[in-house]
Amino acid sequence: MAKQIDLHDVAHSELEMRSRYTTRVKACSSTACLSAGAGPVRQALDQAAEREDVNSDVQVVPTGCMGMCSSGPLVRVEPRGAEPTMYAQVTPDIATRIIREHVVVRKLIDEHVLDEDQPFFSRQRKIVLGNAGRIDPERIEDYVAEGGYQALAGALNDLAPEEVIEIIDDSGLRGRGGAGYPTAKKWDMLRRAEGSPKYLIANGDEGDQGAYMDRTIMEDDPHRVIEGMIIAAYATGASHGYIYVRAEYPTAVERLERAIRVARRQGLLGRNILGSDFDLQLEVRIGAGAFVCGEETALMASIEGRRGTPSLRPPYPTEKGLWGQPTMINNVETLANVPAIVANGAEWFGEVGTAQSKGTKVFALAGSLVNTGLIEVPMGITLREIVFDIGGGIPNDGVFKAAQSGGPSGGCLPASLLDSPVDYESLRKLGSMMGSGGLVVMDDSMRMPDVARFYMEFCREESCGKCAPCRTGTVQMHALLDRICEGVGRRRDLQHLESLCRTVRQTSLCGLGQSAPNPVVSTLDHFRHEYLDLLVPDVSYNGTAPSVPPRPQAPDPAVTTKGGSR
Amino acid sequence: MAEARTAERAAQGEGHPSGDERFALLDKTLRKARYQQDQLIEVLHVAQDLFGHLSEDILIYLARQLKLPPSRVYGVATFYHLFSFTAPGRHSATVCMGTACFVKGAEEIVQQLEAAHDVRSGQTTEDGELTVSTARCVGSCGLAPVVVVDGVVTSHQTAESTLAHVGEVLAKEPTEAST
Ligand SMILES: Cc1cc2nc3c(=O)[nH]c(=O)nc-3n(C[C@H](O)[C@H](O)[C@H](O)COP(=O)(O)O)c2cc1C
Repeated sequence: MAKQIDLHDVAHSELEMRSRYTTRVKACSSTACLSAGAGPVRQALDQAAEREDVNSDVQVVPTGCMGMCSSGPLVRVEPRGAEPTMYAQVTPDIATRIIREHVVVRKLIDEHVLDEDQPFFSRQRKIVLGNAGRIDPERIEDYVAEGGYQALAGALNDLAPEEVIEIIDDSGLRGRGGAGYPTAKKWDMLRRAEGSPKYLIANGDEGDQGAYMDRTIMEDDPHRVIEGMIIAAYATGASHGYIYVRAEYPTAVERLERAIRVARRQGLLGRNILGSDFDLQLEVRIGAGAFVCGEETALMASIEGRRGTPSLRPPYPTEKGLWGQPTMINNVETLANVPAIVANGAEWFGEVGTAQSKGTKVFALAGSLVNTGLIEVPMGITLREIVFDIGGGIPNDGVFKAAQSGGPSGGCLPASLLDSPVDYESLRKLGSMMGSGGLVVMDDSMRMPDVARFYMEFCREESCGKCAPCRTGTVQMHALLDRICEGVGRRRDLQHLESLCRTVRQTSLCGLGQSAPNPVVSTLDHFRHEYLDLLVPDVSYNGTAPSVPPRPQAPDPAVTTKGGSR
Repeated sequence: MAEARTAERAAQGEGHPSGDERFALLDKTLRKARYQQDQLIEVLHVAQDLFGHLSEDILIYLARQLKLPPSRVYGVATFYHLFSFTAPGRHSATVCMGTACFVKGAEEIVQQLEAAHDVRSGQTTEDGELTVSTARCVGSCGLAPVVVVDGVVTSHQTAESTLAHVGEVLAKEPTEAST
């Protein structure tokens, strides 16, 4: 039997080790900061600490994402017993000065300090990202020192599986992978399903371009995902788990595999977890670049080593999933919420968010904003708060035009809806969706038909080809959008496009096709005039193709009546 | 990085009847996967890392080893975007076409790269020097638009800066680092 980790011992000695340093300097080493030059910055910090001979007093810690990616590389200086300071756009030179001036003589380098009281930070509420940017993701000791694996130990010792499901049920946790299905319901279905073994899958495919929430969670706090999975497996009776990660995330794969190895060695995975009679095997599986594999039935086909094409439900995975066995798929962020809920209780979790949408949501904030990066906000926050308080508004005195949430399956929200709350129901009512958390803000230089064409091109290429409505429909819709965007579309094309939107939505096999029309429908809802402006005016047909340049045209009442598609 | 490591191990050589040490490493991966058919995608990844691309020979070899019909191996390999069946150029420029980069003008960068090097995205120039491609999202949305040149992420690009940078890379002496 593997040796059992003593959580209290590990936490205690880790905290003691930390307290030996007078200053801890955290250097963001996430993908975004690395591409901005965080590697040389960390080297400079290390070298300066050595040169100044403060090695034994200063600990340089490589951490995950600190959030404000647009200001990277970020460095945070945390002196013992004093206020921390964050530095933005750090170069190796500034890094050297941080050690020489801030750490050694306690003099701040004012011009590079990033105010952590600004709304970007203060409006956030971190649960899932609580450790991101705070701990070294490659050290389990760091995770344990922050209370990691305590929830698991508590659950194994004091709670029956049903009681764990009850806590998740009371907390109101819903799936963060897009649809918002109540997590406890799914867990309960797997628990009740007949058959053994049962499988659990963490969905880390994150196909929505412009989004990197799940990657950050997996890279910056891999043990949180693993702990969430162990608790989920204990509650549902699953004995095997897979984490399906897209191949484009090699760092996430590496860190998860390493974390799994360490956890196994410490008796947190494998047989008799933490001395209980509960066993779980975990494995990472890698995708190979196919958006549709985020869909749960396609994902399972991919894990089985086959083409990632979806299949009809029912039967649902909880009845018949991987290799015909009961299987449950949860999104990575959903699972990462679990340890905190079990540790702090359902009530604590329910204090954040709205009546229907509890807790927080992580968003990758991108596009035309002053501050872009990764944020975790309470559900129910308004779009305006996200865009203007946290995002800092549109740069260069630009004008907010729309925000797209939910990626290629979602929709856009125009300026008139800035005050709507961001939660599952509100977004769906407005023709968009929460999605997995991509939020792209566009200023008024963007033409919305172009945006719709961009997403349709994505869906056309990612359609797996199994069902005809999606395979051919996305090609036709894209061709129509192309004509319209290039200024050679006619009114008939627009009508044709709208009718195709309805057909593809209603007849496609899986969510990819069913939601592919969403960006078109929502941009038509809110920005119909932009489409109409691009159409070739209908002139009486004289046998020759018109070469009339596109010009604004008064909306025709016959066309402006809503498509009736929702 | 992983490629460099595998190449290094290949250079040390474990001996293989084919005389190509890369097959020794591929066999090792197959053994580690216990020849399980559901490991096909993992094995294809390793094969592509080792050989740069998936040739027909390799696909047939893997079909034999995993006791799968070649149609199945070919079907799976062609389904996923990351598998490539032609040799890549010595240098690569991958333009991120994620939403954030698109909003900030990535399309223009792709068009100009294609025009300047007379190549279509996803293909390699005739002289085998440069592969131009697009990526879904490299996850550095805060730095949009992003272009990955020979594996290095360059941020806040314009068409001009990308062309200049790619020109510099191409002008450099051939190195063995790029695959
Ligand atoms: C085309 C398509 C792509 C999807 N991509 C993802 C994805 O990248 N990540 C994810 O967690 N869920 C994705 N989903 C949703 C999954 O099918 C599934 O509902 C989800 O993983 C369940 O987890 P949750 O209940 O925790 O949200 C996708 C669905 C569709 C139809």
